Amino acid sequence: MKKFWALFFYFWPIVALYFCWIAPESNWWFPGEAMSPMGVRIESLFYLILWIVAIVFIGTQAALGYALWKSAARDEGQKAWYSHGSHSLELIWTIVPAFVLVFIALYQMDVWAEYRVQSFYPDSTREEGSVAELAARQFEWRIRYPAPGKKLSDEPESDDLYWVNELHVPTGRPVKINLRTQDVQHAFFSPQLRLKQDAVPGLIIPVWFEIPEAGEYDIVCAELCGWGHYKMRAKIVAESEAAYKAYLNRLQDEQNEDGYKAAEEETN
Amino acid sequence: MATVSPALHGHDHADSHAHGHHDIGFIRKYVFSTDHKVIGIQFLITTMLMLMVGGALALAVRWQLAFPWENMPILGKIFAGEGGQISPEFYTMLFTMHASVMIFLVIIPILAGAFGNFLIPLQIGADDMAFPVLNMLSYWFMWPAMACFGISFVAGGVTAGPANGWTSYPLLSALVQAAPGSGAAQTWWLIGLTLVGVSSMMGSVNYMTTIINMRAPGMTLFRMPLTIWSMFITAILQAFALPVLTAAGFMLVTDRLLGTVFFIPAGIIVNNAEPTVGGGQPLLWQHLFWFYSHPAVYIMLLPAMGMVSDMLSCMCRKPVFGYKPMVYSMAAIAGLGFIVWGHHMFTSGMNPALGMTFMTSTMMIALPSAIKTFNWIGTIWDGNVKFNAVMLNCAAFVALFIVGGLSGIFMAAVPVDIYFHDTYFIVAHFHYVLFGATLFGVFAGIQFWFPKMFGRLMNDRVAKVHFVLTFIGMNGTFFPMHLLGIAGMPRRYADPYLHPYLEHLLPMNQLMTISAIIMGAAQFLLLGNFFLSILFGEKCGRNPWGANGLEWSAPSPPGHGNFDVPPVCYRGPYEYSSPEAEAMNQDFILQTSPPPAGVSKSTSAHH
Repeated sequence: MKKFWALFFYFWPIVALYFCWIAPESNWWFPGEAMSPMGVRIESLFYLILWIVAIVFIGTQAALGYALWKSAARDEGQKAWYSHGSHSLELIWTIVPAFVLVFIALYQMDVWAEYRVQSFYPDSTREEGSVAELAARQFEWRIRYPAPGKKLSDEPESDDLYWVNELHVPTGRPVKINLRTQDVQHAFFSPQLRLKQDAVPGLIIPVWFEIPEAGEYDIVCAELCGWGHYKMRAKIVAESEAAYKAYLNRLQDEQNEDGYKAAEEETN
Repeated sequence: MATVSPALHGHDHADSHAHGHHDIGFIRKYVFSTDHKVIGIQFLITTMLMLMVGGALALAVRWQLAFPWENMPILGKIFAGEGGQISPEFYTMLFTMHASVMIFLVIIPILAGAFGNFLIPLQIGADDMAFPVLNMLSYWFMWPAMACFGISFVAGGVTAGPANGWTSYPLLSALVQAAPGSGAAQTWWLIGLTLVGVSSMMGSVNYMTTIINMRAPGMTLFRMPLTIWSMFITAILQAFALPVLTAAGFMLVTDRLLGTVFFIPAGIIVNNAEPTVGGGQPLLWQHLFWFYSHPAVYIMLLPAMGMVSDMLSCMCRKPVFGYKPMVYSMAAIAGLGFIVWGHHMFTSGMNPALGMTFMTSTMMIALPSAIKTFNWIGTIWDGNVKFNAVMLNCAAFVALFIVGGLSGIFMAAVPVDIYFHDTYFIVAHFHYVLFGATLFGVFAGIQFWFPKMFGRLMNDRVAKVHFVLTFIGMNGTFFPMHLLGIAGMPRRYADPYLHPYLEHLLPMNQLMTISAIIMGAAQFLLLGNFFLSILFGEKCGRNPWGANGLEWSAPSPPGHGNFDVPPVCYRGPYEYSSPEAEAMNQDFILQTSPPPAGVSKSTSAHH
């Protein structure tokens, strides 16, 4: 029975590792490939940590299982090893993990700085300003674009263009949006881009991303915002520069359409 | 420094206890008792029952995730009314109250309240706590707290329980119009939270004073069992961090009731209400909340670490590997615990420069945890392991703490956290720490100190079945959460399958729910074993485990005043299998057994 318990503690990490191993092919993994360059880098940092963690996991669980097995296999009367520890071992298992942890921390800094520190944002986004404002509210995403050819201002302008739950952006270049909320706290989360940022009442938070390929990507809410938190579904439509411009023009036309001109033509 | 005068009366001491008990009457003895052992057991039984309540709430959450919008059997009839369908409002209440009950009414009070109370005087050789009445009050303040949490369920009607998550971020929690549960329910919840804080604070003041002032002669700081070290460090953490939460809670209450706007910026329109007046900042709440609640994570873990160290050493018949590194690493965890709160806020929009400093400090706090893990494995190494339920739960503590510790590194790395923040990955992480580590430590602790509480043993066979079912159920429930997190499933979603990219995760959620039901059902074995063993368990003597601590030299259960002879401590707590013990033909040596005659190694213990 003793050996059964020792094997029990050997067995379960193997099951856990097996499930991780088959997870990607069973579709229990990331929602598709990372669709933004930043997402690709975040994912590679994830894999770096995953490898380090997997090695430590296997090592420590094997040591634990072996310690139990060794004890289960020993003779009944045999005394335990009378030891209060080992100074050199303590030093080794303090210094080695310390180096690994500091390495992990330092290695992450660049990506974080580029994602969040504004002076590290791509130059083009700083010159261009934000292409749209994404304002969350219970329970939808309101989008405000500046009129074609104009820059986005923090306060709404009379010729701004509005839409709900569908954000159009051009592909192939970094774009910046202003993230806001009209009521409680929300969070912008695009699983395919691997990006997330909270929208905080009273703050305007610039978020930039780049989408190389045209397509539709999810936006969901990742900060509890009330009973309908789960249904704040929206999408990013990434399209070529031309299609994006055409979309904005169409939006402007629709918004300016008042039926008046048509009536005038009829009387003529 | 024990306050009882040295025992001149000798053996008839136990009899005089019996007399004393008759005098104080039932109410003073068992209800409003000032005896730390009774208070500890009161805390233990209350929190075990609350564990079942919190578990039921969790099962309701799991039901919705496995069978969205379907009528929930049994629990649904009790909670949700009608056919038992869970509404989205009700779902938000469920996870809010699950966390609130588990954190504030189970884990914090079961560690500090139950084990802290029961063990501190016994392990340091004192007759009781420094402030017995304060101690009694710390238990009885739990009841108004529980009443407030209870009222909060119904204060706004059954579909409007507190629903802002246990973190209660404003503005959702600050503006009445923001959610159905942001009305009266939220105010009651905040008052309940404050009362729990009052209870903890009275406990922590008491623990610090007792540990500093009331140690038995010879019980030097570095002869204290690691349980006592952990309780001491926890009490310090509690005392310094808790006032911040209490203040923040009051600020939120005044925002809600008196129109202060600490957390509310201007011009916000929620649900077509009047625009807010403003001047406040919601991020302030997050800073204040996590300044307490991150140290609170260690308040919920450190005592279990200490207890497991004690139990592992005893069950492996071997001294704790690296006693001093264990103490220093706990102190390091506590110290660093104050400067890592920002890692809960990486995506919050706070100053991005803070992301880097908090990442570095958070990585550093993994170090003492790693040192402790290596030392636990070192303690088991080449030991003479007793494979009973206590040992199995302790080994599970170590095995599962490794998972919880390692998964934390992903979230500590800021860029990776951009993706994982508020997904199921974090849910997996903290359940591995709080359930996998802390609760398994608690299960072990209950079985280990049960004989001291009641003079009887718990049934080991039943305890092993409980262990296996809980272990399998726990991993079946929480391990797949890592994968859900990687798949990008956000927390707190009443219906994640509304989103096409999450649809395929339904079968996995169903498997997890089945595991959770197994795990929940297994807890009835624990309760049954506990309560039946009080009446029918095998009787045992003072020291059924052959352990070294002072508590094992007292009678089981100890009478009022604990020790029949005021103990004197001559050695460290973990001298298992030492040559001295061997000379006595046993593999343990009580801290009270004097050194062999002729050896003048003893310390200040001489009277």
